[in-house]
Amino acid sequence: MTGVEILFALLGAVAVAAALLVVGSPNLVHSALWLVVTLGALAGCYLLLTAEFVAWVQVLIYVGAVVVLLLFGLMLTRAPIGYSAELTSGNRWAAAIVAGATGGTLVTVIVEAFRREYVELHGVAGPSRGIGETIFRYWVLPFEILSVLLLAALVGAVVLSRRTPDEARPATDATVGAPGLAGGGDGTGRPSGGERLGAESGAVTGSADAAAPTMPAQEGDRTLSASQSTRSQRAAR
Amino acid sequence: MHLLYPLVLSALLFSIGIYGVLARRNAILVLMSVELMLNAVNLNLVAFDVWLGDRLHAGQVFTLYVITIAAAEIGLGLAIVLLVFRQRETADVDALRDLGERQYEAALESDRAG
Repeated sequence: MTGVEILFALLGAVAVAAALLVVGSPNLVHSALWLVVTLGALAGCYLLLTAEFVAWVQVLIYVGAVVVLLLFGLMLTRAPIGYSAELTSGNRWAAAIVAGATGGTLVTVIVEAFRREYVELHGVAGPSRGIGETIFRYWVLPFEILSVLLLAALVGAVVLSRRTPDEARPATDATVGAPGLAGGGDGTGRPSGGERLGAESGAVTGSADAAAPTMPAQEGDRTLSASQSTRSQRAAR
Repeated sequence: MHLLYPLVLSALLFSIGIYGVLARRNAILVLMSVELMLNAVNLNLVAFDVWLGDRLHAGQVFTLYVITIAAAEIGLGLAIVLLVFRQRETADVDALRDLGERQYEAALESDRAG
């Protein structure tokens, strides 16, 4: 066992332990932070495999951007910050069996197939120069396609997360005209107070600016309370 | 270095990711587990690239592409999760049963009865 192997095994143990905590931790934010540890340990593994550029890209994009995005998502969905026992669903044993079977099969096959293969690591620093040359000499077309894909993903995310007035107005009609439709959106027929309130306040957000003067008198108090709840919702975010 | 180290590590990470995708209820935790699986694939790609001594560095370049696509995927996925949360007030994947088979069967049974 060489020094590189020992170091790799240590980093791998850290990565696996942190990954187990990512999928097992009862605290959402801790899960996200353990993901940072896993990704950092994997960046170390890339460094040991002399893939220097990939390691730094991993640190920059995964640890720097993706985990921050995930934390933003946790905050925006108002996820429970502290301990919560509800994070793992009831089919965890089936999931554990499937994962164990997959891992066992993969490890067995890999050990059988690559038992006598060794990686020859040349030099300490990775071939960043070689990566740059090959990307811009041989892999230019996928690179350009990737930029188009990123643009498409950006536009898609903007379109998905935009809240238009057109989107809110039919929902207002549904709320006022057919109150039964407002809370039954989840189809399970389970009336939940918070959901109904959320649907109403979300619908009134659009109409409060545009249609407030023409609102009938009996709707006034309702609109007021709904807009108040909207304001408190915004404050909470 | 023995090739088995990175390969076994990546297989373990992949199976942990599978467990997370299947067992977690919060949609954002499911996305995190998908990231784990993508990272396992990346480690495989880099290990085989170094093992084969590829002159074009195909494995490392593919890893960069996978990282970029994962970033795009997490952006879109979070947008979708936020949209679901705005409409349903929950990010729990177990609660999203609108397209489930059970309702369809219930509707069939009520048709048969009625």
